[in-house]
Amino acid sequence: MAKNLDVIEQTTNELTLAERQQKKPKRKKKKLKAVWMYTLLSIFLVVSIFPFYWMFIGATNDSSKMFTNPPTLLPGDQFMTNLTNLNESIGIFRVLFNSLFVSGLYVVIALAVCASAAYVLAKYNFKGKKFIFTAFLLSMMIPYQATLIPLFQMMSDFNLLNTYFAVIAPQLCFPFAIFLLRQNFLAFPTELMESARLDGASETRIFISIVIPSMRPALAAASIFLFMTQWNNFMWPLVVLNTNDMYTFPVALSSLMGLSYIDYGQVMMGVTLATVPIIAFFLTLQKQFISGMLGSALK
Amino acid sequence: MNKAKTFPYFFAAPAILLFLAFTVYPIIASFVLSFQERVAGEYVFAGLKNYTRLWNDDIFWTAMQNTFIIFVVQVPIMIILAMVLANVLNNQLLKLKGFFRVSFFLPAVTSLVAYSILFSIMLQEEGIINTALSYIGITAIPWLSDPFWAKASIIIAMTWRWTGYNMVIFLAALQNIPEDLYEAASLDGANKFKQFFYITVPQLKPVILFAGILSTIGTLQLFDEPFNLTGGGPADSTMTLGLYIYQSGFEYFDFGYASAIAYAVVVMVGILSIIQFKIAGDE
Repeated sequence: MAKNLDVIEQTTNELTLAERQQKKPKRKKKKLKAVWMYTLLSIFLVVSIFPFYWMFIGATNDSSKMFTNPPTLLPGDQFMTNLTNLNESIGIFRVLFNSLFVSGLYVVIALAVCASAAYVLAKYNFKGKKFIFTAFLLSMMIPYQATLIPLFQMMSDFNLLNTYFAVIAPQLCFPFAIFLLRQNFLAFPTELMESARLDGASETRIFISIVIPSMRPALAAASIFLFMTQWNNFMWPLVVLNTNDMYTFPVALSSLMGLSYIDYGQVMMGVTLATVPIIAFFLTLQKQFISGMLGSALK
Repeated sequence: MNKAKTFPYFFAAPAILLFLAFTVYPIIASFVLSFQERVAGEYVFAGLKNYTRLWNDDIFWTAMQNTFIIFVVQVPIMIILAMVLANVLNNQLLKLKGFFRVSFFLPAVTSLVAYSILFSIMLQEEGIINTALSYIGITAIPWLSDPFWAKASIIIAMTWRWTGYNMVIFLAALQNIPEDLYEAASLDGANKFKQFFYITVPQLKPVILFAGILSTIGTLQLFDEPFNLTGGGPADSTMTLGLYIYQSGFEYFDFGYASAIAYAVVVMVGILSIIQFKIAGDE
């Protein structure tokens, strides 16, 4: 018995030895591959991150420091000066408020509009449903620039130029968000709705107190998607807003570059202020953020 | 039961009404407008005048050409880079995966205007990028003042912003490819290279198509970058269709003509999407 065991042990040892010998070059290859991989990733890492660092350098230094050789690579002490100058040029607090208010209000209304439409499109059968859904889908293919001019005329005719309403209204029904939410609502178990109905709950009640709470992750993703859309929106606010006090952040930033004298320290401070809150927001809600920004691609 | 029948309409009504007012109506109105011109403050029917003008407009064709060049160069570079990064990040041996993924995605969360302005500063004649290049012996590149390099600047900036975004899309799709497909292939003697082209690429086809269509629509509408990075110049070398629509409509206030350009874009998006669907097969 003992001998037999020994033999078995020996053969297994031999096998592993043979295997090891075979694996040695492979391991070397693997190591080489790892080195290669990390080098590649590090290069891309520097390329991805450096502009953010440079933005910060610019925001804390004097305008002229951005064009020196050797380059300025350390933060300076001009943070407050740049901030004050920027505030004098565009009124940061007003502009930040405009952007946050417009984006926040937009998310709340657009989410309500899109979620309720997505819900009935996913869970109910009614006449014209297919037609409505197809129309939404098709409209996603149409570049928004094709609607730009009539929308502008409309706002102008109703005396709504230079208002928050004009900025928000045209994109409240956002077909891509409807599409994204519908995909999620489809997965909601219909039996749960049926049993609630038997308990005498109204359709509205079912939606608000049963469906919505269980759809939080999808709604969070859609909210982020809608928020980013509005926060980044540039062409439309540029067209409908025409006074400094109504400008959203992107429009105000862009206007800085149109001045005859460009103070780059100020501009970099503006770029930093427009970027840092979103990055902080992204880093805390990574998962929802990524799925929100990619939409249904992840599903 | 009656209530259950009206309920869906009641719930979809806000979306439908907003859609009619702010999407359907403007699409029709701008189509009508593209056949009109302004005479003494009134819009009157002008037949195909806007379209014949478009056909003979050098700036329009330059914008078309620029958009095409940016599209043909930028999208493949970005998709290939995104694919390579996604494949590397999908490697089981790799550590710090989450860190790399988040870092590469970071450019995609910056505002379009902010990153365009940032690049316009970095790419100046005496900016940080030329300074860095001077250390490896490359003389200053006229990024924003030369027609060729201005296009390159737009392409570089867009690639910086969008590669990580596409990478995350591909990464998610890669993780959905069943492992046994690769096992079976390696048993059959297919090397990594073959596996990539015969398994990974076909499996990712729908996702590549998705990324392709998004990029097509995105490039044809390109506005924020040329407006803030190059201003369309020098000499219209970075004029895009989006920028030309804006200039015609809101700098020259020629709404009829701007609508005609916009409709040319609509037709192109349609054609390109159909071609992409055809190429990808009917899945």
